[in-house]
Amino acid sequence: MPPFARYLLHTLFPPDVLRPTEVGADVLILATGVIIMVVMTRRHKWRHLWTEWLTTVDHKKIAVMYLIAAIAMLFRGGVDALMIRTNLALPGSPVISASEYNAVFTTHGTIMIFFMAMPFIFALFNAVIPLMIGSRDVAFPRLNAMSFWLFAFGALLFNMSFVIGGSPNAGWTAYPPLTERVFNPGPGENFYFLSLLIAGIGTTMTGINFVVTSLRMRAPGMTLMKMPMFVWSALATSTLILFAFPPLTVALLMSLIDRLFGSSFFTLGHGGMPMMYVNLFWLFGHPEVYIVVLPAFGIFSEVVPTFSRKRLFGYETMVLSIVAIMLLAYGTWVHHFFTMGAGPTVNAFFGLSTMLIAIPTGVKIFNWIFTMWGGRIRTTVAMLYQLAFIPTFVVGGASGIMLATIPADYQFHNSYFLVAHFHNVLIGGTLFGLLSGMYYWWPKMFGRKLDERQGKWAFWLFLTGFWITFGPQYLLGLKGMTRRMYTYPLGYGWHTLNVISTLGAFVMGAGFLVLVYNIVYSMRNGERDLTGDPWDGRTLEWALPSPAPEYNFARIPVVYERDAYWDMKEKGQTLANSLTVRDVHDLELPRNSSLPFFLGLSFFVVGFGMVFSWWIIAGLGFAGVAACLVAVGFDYRGPKRVDAAFIRGTEVALGRLRA
Amino acid sequence: MRASTFARAVPALVASIRGTPLPRPAQDPQYVVLHPVGPVGRSELHLMVLAGVAMGAVILAVFVLFAIAIVRFRDRPHSRAPYRPNWHGNKWMEATWFVIPAVILTVIAIPTVRLTYSLARLPAHRDPLVVDVTSLNWKWLFEYPGQHVATVNYLDIPTGKPVLFELTANSPMNTFWIPQLGGMEYTMPGRVLPLWLEVGRPGVYWGHSGQFSGHDFEQMFFAVRAMPPAAFDRWVHEVRRRVPVMTLADYRRLLRFDTVAEQTYGGYPAATFPSVHHGFTLAGGMYMVMHNDPQAN
Ligand code: HEM
Ligand SMILES: [Cu+2]
Repeated sequence: MPPFARYLLHTLFPPDVLRPTEVGADVLILATGVIIMVVMTRRHKWRHLWTEWLTTVDHKKIAVMYLIAAIAMLFRGGVDALMIRTNLALPGSPVISASEYNAVFTTHGTIMIFFMAMPFIFALFNAVIPLMIGSRDVAFPRLNAMSFWLFAFGALLFNMSFVIGGSPNAGWTAYPPLTERVFNPGPGENFYFLSLLIAGIGTTMTGINFVVTSLRMRAPGMTLMKMPMFVWSALATSTLILFAFPPLTVALLMSLIDRLFGSSFFTLGHGGMPMMYVNLFWLFGHPEVYIVVLPAFGIFSEVVPTFSRKRLFGYETMVLSIVAIMLLAYGTWVHHFFTMGAGPTVNAFFGLSTMLIAIPTGVKIFNWIFTMWGGRIRTTVAMLYQLAFIPTFVVGGASGIMLATIPADYQFHNSYFLVAHFHNVLIGGTLFGLLSGMYYWWPKMFGRKLDERQGKWAFWLFLTGFWITFGPQYLLGLKGMTRRMYTYPLGYGWHTLNVISTLGAFVMGAGFLVLVYNIVYSMRNGERDLTGDPWDGRTLEWALPSPAPEYNFARIPVVYERDAYWDMKEKGQTLANSLTVRDVHDLELPRNSSLPFFLGLSFFVVGFGMVFSWWIIAGLGFAGVAACLVAVGFDYRGPKRVDAAFIRGTEVALGRLRA
Repeated sequence: MRASTFARAVPALVASIRGTPLPRPAQDPQYVVLHPVGPVGRSELHLMVLAGVAMGAVILAVFVLFAIAIVRFRDRPHSRAPYRPNWHGNKWMEATWFVIPAVILTVIAIPTVRLTYSLARLPAHRDPLVVDVTSLNWKWLFEYPGQHVATVNYLDIPTGKPVLFELTANSPMNTFWIPQLGGMEYTMPGRVLPLWLEVGRPGVYWGHSGQFSGHDFEQMFFAVRAMPPAAFDRWVHEVRRRVPVMTLADYRRLLRFDTVAEQTYGGYPAATFPSVHHGFTLAGGMYMVMHNDPQAN
């Protein structure tokens, strides 16, 4: 073999990626790839894929792509979780080695936060925010597509590390100096830094997009205080993104420079300050936990009124709380390292600010309960997730307060008590919220309901599985078990609880399978939503047919009340029965563009080149990025015109306009 | 006194990977955090209990309200519960749920702040034993600057006397944690952080690192043997008389990325622990006064 080929093989396929799991994954990926290729080619779908999906700038289609990616990543992250849990159930004879375990818990955390929760949130933002505010699209549709492709190629780069080059293995927090090259020689951490940097650019642009969309694109009459709560949560989340991602970018970039160019920002020795990274990371990290939970809060504020058939209780205090949380979220980051010796005054300050943030959170819980009070609660799957959320999240919040109790945190920090806390809020809050939103808006996105009976199965499996998994972990924390151990000696009394926890994880895994079956089944057999308003909804998205036509609103509605669509229904003046031929005019819609895709691809090439320090490839990628940006500047094609006759035809076909 | 407390229950396979005997917990409690044996752990436990009770009350209250809501207002045919579709707020009620959590949190916050300050200081008028702790890949080095002895992967301390640990790392970060004595603190390269603990009862306890630091991190357990002061003095005396001094070559061997069995040294080179302390606070400087600089005496 020529030396060059040997070098290439050895770099791309070191022993780390030739273990049975990785080779198995290789086979699976190749097989799936081939099947997809064959099917697509047989059915002549490539052109359709390109023109309708890969180059689309339509927020509704971008939402679908985000959702598919999020569910795929939930699968990957879930498999990681089961590998972690399996090892911990068998301490005497670990199934996977330390090095594989370290890679797997790292990718689990990173994927769940950055490549599952974030795209899932953006899927729902994209699917409904423009519809809720009576708009034809987001403020910057092409930028929106760029965000998606940067995310998608970032996710691809990250996931690739599993089978090519080797996975990152320093935890989702990637504290230096463990990420330094001396301690971490492979390319794994480069994958981590670069993919998060690339996806982070996309996320920041999404933040900009939804700040502007919710501030500038609302239908006439929809003042800020008439905005649905989900839109408020999108506004707050996006604002958090704008100011939280820059410190992350700085921290990642400096770590990357340390690794690639031998600088000493965070190194052991040479005057490096690892703790500076920890500060920067959590300056991002704490807002991030609210970035992922505020959308869930927003979803529940829509789901509860709808399924209680009652107005939201305490709208003003809900808005106040969300804004308070948004601001306070920047002032609590040190609670992640009370035990780094910052001194009693600093610790006390951040302990108190952390407790303070629990107050607006508590207010929201009470408001939801009193939204149900005096209502008529229908236990659909979307509502069930909300009903599970309240008790689960309250326990998670309470354990958060215990962690904020500084001296007690000295005992809880980095133990399984902490692990239980954040899964309690992330699963009970974020994931339940997102699933609730998915069941709720699925008919709006796809025109069919998800089967409720199967959905309930998945729900109960998730909920019981969750408590079986994470309840024991609180106890493990009190028994002194610390996180991220690939195995542990017997004799500490940890074994039984770990076995129980692992069983719970498999119950959740079963829940996931039912969920996927539920989706596949309902794509074909789900009940069709012909009215556009399957749940007797209150906000504007339900005024449209399901799925909404490309232009969303044939005529932009005027808003008078908070629950705009409920108000229309009460007055008997819905969009469906009040549209006349004269209301319909020619429209302009943004034109499809292939540039976002190529921009993402170019960034991917940059990332791939830099991971292995192959500068020529990285340079080509940079050239591609520059070319795409220039091309964007010279794109003089105007918007796409949709003429009134076409819209009239569509609306007639939808039964919303008399011919 | 420090008899065969090791490695019995460790399965052969694990033991063979490690080659290191592991401290086994004493037979007593497995809920180590709930069974502290010193004043620091005890005061942390008190606070935990207070916060736990307060949070338990909150959880209970919310659960009850929530249960009533979903049982009473479930959508059933002929439900007799009142239906008020337009009830959308009540100033006084909403103010209540701002105030009640605030009150409960204040109840927790005051002792929290108090204890935070008081644990940041060594108990007055009691000379501590100083132990310089360095986390290495993947082992613990304990140096006793006042006694001029050093150990690896086990810690001998006297009962009834505060022990001031000065923590640093010559490796990626770890945390130094002995659950039954009290909470953990980071070991970080380039910094020396203080942590004081005290043990009230003779016995064998265990410590572990709480911060993932690489391949063999999970083996960073260490035994803590607490003994009456006289026994401790005897131990120091014996070690100094019989055991050779650590050389720089020995230290360099400890820096290798591996795991080792317990070791004992009757002295150690001064250069192995940083002599300049830059503790970190936002105001700069160390917040807990360091007792006599270990290198100075
Ligand atoms: C009542 C509200 C909350 C309080 C008081 C709270 C408090 C805390 C504290 C003090 C820590 C640090 C503990 C330690 O490292 O020793 C922590 C960790 C964490 N919290 Fe929360 N929290 C709350 C809500 C949330 C929410 C809503 C989320 C996310 C949805 C969340 C996610 C996390 C995560 C991911 C970590 C640890 C991450 C890591 O170390 O890897 N928390 N929380
Ligand atoms: Cu936080």
